[in-house]
Amino acid sequence: MSNGIEQTLPAEEAPTAAKIDTPFRRFLSDFFDSPVATGATIVLGCIIFIALFAPLISPTDPYDLATVSVLDGKLPPGAESMDGMTFWLGTDGAGRDLVSAMFYGLRISLGVGVMSGIIAMCIGATVGLAAAYFGGRTDNLIMRLVDIQLSFPSILVALILLAVLGKGVDKIVIALVIAQWAYYARTVRGSALVERSKEYIEAATCLALGHKRIVFRHLLPNCLPPLIVVGTIQTAHAISLEATLSFLGVGLPVSEPSLGLLIANGFDYMLSGRYWISFFPGIALLITIVTINLVGDKLRDVLNPRLQR
Amino acid sequence: MTVFIIRRLMQSVVVVLLMSFLVFGGVNLVGDPVEMMVSDEADQEERERVIRSMGLDKPWYAQYGYFVINALEGDLGKSFVYGEPALQIIVHHIPATFELALTALVMAIVIGIPLGVYAGLKNETKAAKVIMAGSILGFSLPTFWVGLMFIMVFAVMLGWLPSTGRGETVPFLGMQVSFFTMDGLRHLLLPALNLALFKISLVIRLSRAGTREAVHQDYIKFARAKGLSTRRVIFVHLMKNILIPVVTVLGLEFGALIAFSVVTETVFAWPGMGKLIIDSIQNLDRPVIVAYLMIIVIIFVIINLVVDVLYSILDPRVRLQDVKG
Amino acid sequence: MTTTPTLQVDDLQTHFFTKQGIAKAVDGISFTVDRGEVMGLVGESGCGKSVTGFSIIGLVDPPGEVVGGRILFKGEDLVGLDEERMRRLRGNRIAMIFQDPMMTLNPVLRIDTQMIETVLAHEPDVGREEARRRSRDVLGQVGIASADERLKAYPHQFSGGMRQRVAIAIALLNKPDVIIADEPTTALDVTIQGQILYEAQKLCRETGTALIWITHDLAVVAGLADKICVMYAGMMVEEGALNDVLDHPVHPYTVGLLGSVPSHNNRGQRLAQIPGMAPSLLNLPTGCPFKARCTRADGACEAAPEITQPVPGRDVRCFHPHMEAAQ
Repeated sequence: MSNGIEQTLPAEEAPTAAKIDTPFRRFLSDFFDSPVATGATIVLGCIIFIALFAPLISPTDPYDLATVSVLDGKLPPGAESMDGMTFWLGTDGAGRDLVSAMFYGLRISLGVGVMSGIIAMCIGATVGLAAAYFGGRTDNLIMRLVDIQLSFPSILVALILLAVLGKGVDKIVIALVIAQWAYYARTVRGSALVERSKEYIEAATCLALGHKRIVFRHLLPNCLPPLIVVGTIQTAHAISLEATLSFLGVGLPVSEPSLGLLIANGFDYMLSGRYWISFFPGIALLITIVTINLVGDKLRDVLNPRLQR
Repeated sequence: MTVFIIRRLMQSVVVVLLMSFLVFGGVNLVGDPVEMMVSDEADQEERERVIRSMGLDKPWYAQYGYFVINALEGDLGKSFVYGEPALQIIVHHIPATFELALTALVMAIVIGIPLGVYAGLKNETKAAKVIMAGSILGFSLPTFWVGLMFIMVFAVMLGWLPSTGRGETVPFLGMQVSFFTMDGLRHLLLPALNLALFKISLVIRLSRAGTREAVHQDYIKFARAKGLSTRRVIFVHLMKNILIPVVTVLGLEFGALIAFSVVTETVFAWPGMGKLIIDSIQNLDRPVIVAYLMIIVIIFVIINLVVDVLYSILDPRVRLQDVKG
Repeated sequence: MTTTPTLQVDDLQTHFFTKQGIAKAVDGISFTVDRGEVMGLVGESGCGKSVTGFSIIGLVDPPGEVVGGRILFKGEDLVGLDEERMRRLRGNRIAMIFQDPMMTLNPVLRIDTQMIETVLAHEPDVGREEARRRSRDVLGQVGIASADERLKAYPHQFSGGMRQRVAIAIALLNKPDVIIADEPTTALDVTIQGQILYEAQKLCRETGTALIWITHDLAVVAGLADKICVMYAGMMVEEGALNDVLDHPVHPYTVGLLGSVPSHNNRGQRLAQIPGMAPSLLNLPTGCPFKARCTRADGACEAAPEITQPVPGRDVRCFHPHMEAAQ
């Protein structure tokens, strides 16, 4: 430290201690300190709400063949249907209301992304913890595997798997989990290694607590912050990946129209100037991914102890 | 250095063998190859004949052995669709993909590094914040959707650039390339930019982070204290330090570019190996799928190897350690 | 006293405008250094010593800023000097050596690159060969054997002591008038520290370079300097000739500082300790910054003390100096 100023600014010790200050409350105030993060959280909340309650709040049921008429197909945004209903964002090739289709698509996209994210996180965290806790040969073997897998981009891994497995919701979740578990494993192992060398783990070992208890009750909670951050970012990545794979025609079947499939359907009409069928689902996808990434970015800043001075 | 390269080479061979096993297992465990080869009307005798001709009556390790031996001889089967050797079809499609990926890589460096270094140096300015916001957007935008928007804006609405296909090519070093014709370049621009977008964001972030870290290092301050011009401090002292991580990551990302070209090639109907694999998956053209997977594994292993060697050449600290070890 | 001193710092003030408030890292420093003279700038960690050094060489980075005072180099004020002129002085007429030798050399550039560029930055016409020859000679001067070979090495191939020698060599390359050494031996082994101190002193005597040696270690200053300037919380509290100050300190802080160093004179006695801690530069108390820790403080210390000369040749910032010791 050649620049003396860093040493001269001792953190304000006394004044903050006076307030009632739980770590969680401090986290909240740090997090909502930034207007961008606050905005992103609100938007993300709306998106999750839409996804959860799509059947209740959609103007129409886009997959009820009785209400969809091909005569309403390819209408521009704001047009009216045969029976007087307004399609605010237009209709797709089959005459479905785009708003409703997007609500349902969001539900599928978010569902697949979150589900694969949670499963991958559980598997990855367990494997990573095991590698860090047992060390030695176990660690070597697991990390070699992780390294090899991470040297291939996740889209390629997922593509290979789907080429072998075929289409389907279950299959794309499996593919996404396999493509992503290694990121979690690496993250957890990294922070668990740091934590493992600390004294409280040694203390727990001295108390002769069982492996399981030490790993899950002591080690895991202390590795959570980085895991949460990676989980957010990877979930956004999973959603994007699913959309891409579905767009390529190797992901979800036509019976499960996610945002990616909606965009793919619109692709055919784009060259004739009917932009909206691809454009609006794309915007929805973009907003979802951006807000999750923004929230993740802020989480990283707030939870990273290195950045807290 | 030689020891280091030999060790890495052996690792690479292990990875390729492992992957060949996985690919072989995947293709043979899931789905019945006989079903694909034989028409529904074929009788039992016909089926048995096919099974024997494909060696499927032998135990799995023998089958795998044949697979590896044939693969080493460059025989990965014949395409069901094109009726040509699968390997030959893949190799035929490689130049178009490499051309696209290489252009995207150059774009990422030429656009990304200056923007990132600028954002790192002038951290507090509006321009820097705009650059960083742009890079977050670049990270979040799904590649295929951006491709669609490019086509919509530049091809459909403005009509400036062609939307699909590869332009006129000329032979160069035994390959067909589009760098030397106007038409080729016009066709190349949109797909390459589309493919590069994610990497540009990545390079911006990396070089900004590197710059932010380096400017506070004593050696930068010492370089300034020596009275060097700002230009020399930035372009020699700072650049050389941030280039090491950026080049490493970008080298590894060249593989990712080839992988992601699957998306871009599909959107822009670019006749590379990415579009080929998607078509083959849809046509269930297994020999081509297997050949593609093996080729892509080998490409990745080579890229990783080259990056490691390059890294050790660039960073004197790593080089010395390897001499000792 | 008509000749202009090599470097004259006059009531220098450098403040850092941070989010938590204004940190007055340097708030009233005055001293002069002459040709061949060695001045020790002493104080606790974080009292603004380093910032003083960076202010002189014009490398205070935002949010820091020199907000007041003058820095006269051979009569020319460096405060507010245009950047290009300042760059020409830096590393040429005024050089600086940093604290941590492991960090000062660029890890990815060879030693020759880092030395030659220093010559060429100020004398573009000398040519690479001549610059290399000079670099080799200076490396020899600072006691690095087989300099030719060493020039081709990278910094990580050197030990800490060797790297600091290289850094000193770079500072000496253009035969500067002033060298600011910011605790250059703190990170080194004691034996190497001794060698470097000896060599630095010798080189300054030979070349007539003025040397400002920033340190918290009074023992280093005692063996090296001609004069001494003691800082506390960004302010100069006492300045004078080395032996005068060490033998008869006048400011209570200097008295406390010297009392806390083991020596022959107080063998067997309990070492004195200055009670309390240095105040945060972010919110300095009004009046004398040392009053909370001072045994002599009273109502008068609520006002800010000015620099006086209670003893001839000694600048002191205190209302109640230890005059009895000076008699």
